[in-house]
Amino acid sequence: MNGDPTLERIAQSDGLALCAAGPWTARFAPVLERMVADAEKLRGTRPDIFIDVSQVSKLDTFGAWLIERLRRSLSHGGGEAIIAGLSENYSSLVDEVQRVKETPEAETGPVSITAMLDQIGRVVVGIGGTIIGLVDMLGAVLVASGHVLIRPRSFRLTSTIHHLEQVCWRAVPIVVLITFLIGCIIAQQGIFHFRRFGADIFVVDMLGVLVLREIGVLLVAIMVAGRSGSAYTAELGSMKMREEIDALRTMGFDPIEVLVLPRMLALVLALPILVFLGAMAALYGGGLVAWLYGGVDPEAFLLRLRDAISINHFIVGMVKAPVMAAVIGIVACVEGLAVQGSAESLGQHTTSSVVKGIFFVIVMDGVFAIFFASIGM
Amino acid sequence: MVVQPISDAIIRVRDVTVQFGRTRVLDGLDLDVKRGEILGFVGPSGAGKSVLTRTIIGLVPKVSGRIEVFGIDLDAASSSERRRVERRWGVLFQQGALFSSLTVRQNIQFPVREYLRVSQRLLDEIMVAKLVMVGLKPEVADRYPSELSGGMIKRVALARALALDPELVFLDEPTSGLDPIGAGEFDELVRTLQRTLGLTVFMVTHDLDSLYTACDRIAVLGNGKIIAAGSIADMQASQHPWLRQYFHGKRARAVIG
Repeated sequence: MNGDPTLERIAQSDGLALCAAGPWTARFAPVLERMVADAEKLRGTRPDIFIDVSQVSKLDTFGAWLIERLRRSLSHGGGEAIIAGLSENYSSLVDEVQRVKETPEAETGPVSITAMLDQIGRVVVGIGGTIIGLVDMLGAVLVASGHVLIRPRSFRLTSTIHHLEQVCWRAVPIVVLITFLIGCIIAQQGIFHFRRFGADIFVVDMLGVLVLREIGVLLVAIMVAGRSGSAYTAELGSMKMREEIDALRTMGFDPIEVLVLPRMLALVLALPILVFLGAMAALYGGGLVAWLYGGVDPEAFLLRLRDAISINHFIVGMVKAPVMAAVIGIVACVEGLAVQGSAESLGQHTTSSVVKGIFFVIVMDGVFAIFFASIGM
Repeated sequence: MVVQPISDAIIRVRDVTVQFGRTRVLDGLDLDVKRGEILGFVGPSGAGKSVLTRTIIGLVPKVSGRIEVFGIDLDAASSSERRRVERRWGVLFQQGALFSSLTVRQNIQFPVREYLRVSQRLLDEIMVAKLVMVGLKPEVADRYPSELSGGMIKRVALARALALDPELVFLDEPTSGLDPIGAGEFDELVRTLQRTLGLTVFMVTHDLDSLYTACDRIAVLGNGKIIAAGSIADMQASQHPWLRQYFHGKRARAVIG
């Protein structure tokens, strides 16, 4: 009973007997497999081979299958292999594994140039699909907004407020902290390099224009894409996985109206607020560094700031904010609703929600730059 | 050779108490599961059947009490002893809990690949053997869980639970969500596997048919304790109000009739 399993060869007058003994179980599978592979080499050497399993103390699926595998491969070479001495307990198990016919090979795709080209083609087509998907979602959101305008009672105020809390109120500390630090860094770098020309004071111009026009909105939009866009995708994606969205649909609700619209609206309201707070924090940080590091006292800083920037700079920054929010929201919701059944797919779509969100934010920023330049703002 | 404990109880639960916040779910519960039997575990919804299962497996912490599986106290066991015990049991979760990003093949092979150093060929062959055992065609091997029906998911999950040829299997409502024919086949399957592999089965169920056709013994949970344990005849003879309603209600009569 004790010890390791064995497979002994015993020559008999009328052929050969293979004597299996000991525990033939999963624990010993690696050893068993090697023994069986050795014994398989006997194929074709004898007409009849008996596989005697009467001494086997314990048998499970692994052992039963390996004995069956041995029997099959020995029977292949023209001879006949017979399993003998099978106890009552284990015969049903052996019967069970005898029902296994062929084992399908794992499908592995060929790695070739055609496969690579195929992949590239699919990606290109996928880009087209992405753009159509975004436009589609924009249309659906506009239609849903139209519905809500006609029937204001169907507007989900509670949900919108909830999301506003999540994406705006709770984002304030991190947004303010990061923009404050960025303001500090811009001011420090500006002073450090401008000082060589004796142009320290111009750091205020740079800070004002940069923060209000570009950095403020861009930085906050990127943070929101990472923070809230990913959350939207994950929420909608896991609802999709658990068929919650299908459930909504069957109850006669439009998922766009119930789920997407409140989220979009919350984001469109939240981003200008965050951009404003972020810009103020950056200016404050920059002013602080200019004072402590550059020796520009606050009064001079404010005076200079008033000269350097006009309301146009501020408007340019704020106008961009809701548009970027809409882009982030649409990308996040499209990705969320595209999630398939697996956890892996959820991860992929959340990643691509953030990546695409940030990409489109930067593209939009470029478009705005051209637009504002051409209207002279 | 492992020294067999004197009693043939494969699971011994003694005086186990589990509490969530201020609600006491299990209150000094005792239960034995004997080697080689199929134990049906019933009780009203929310009585804590799944909680007990998860406590035995070690997913829910208990406030007090003692749980022995294969004669090993799981609280006192070292982590390597625990792993050895975990290798000897299989668990079928209520929703299947298949890994959604792996195919059926990979799901079944996963525990084998982790624990045993065997060739890919044997892995594939064992995978097919398990699929055949649970009544599925080998063709489903390369499908993902999201492409399977509810019944197939249960079967694949059972195949994965059986992958390492465990001695003990926990089934959490294996027939819920299956059609009566599918559920009947599943009961039959559990019975056959128990006979061929010599399994001990701990089955949480609501299904009266399962209790009648598959189970050797039944334990009933109520008020955080085992209120009755015994054969189906014992259950029918019991005077406990919940049991009377359960085994003599409209649905029960339909099953017996």
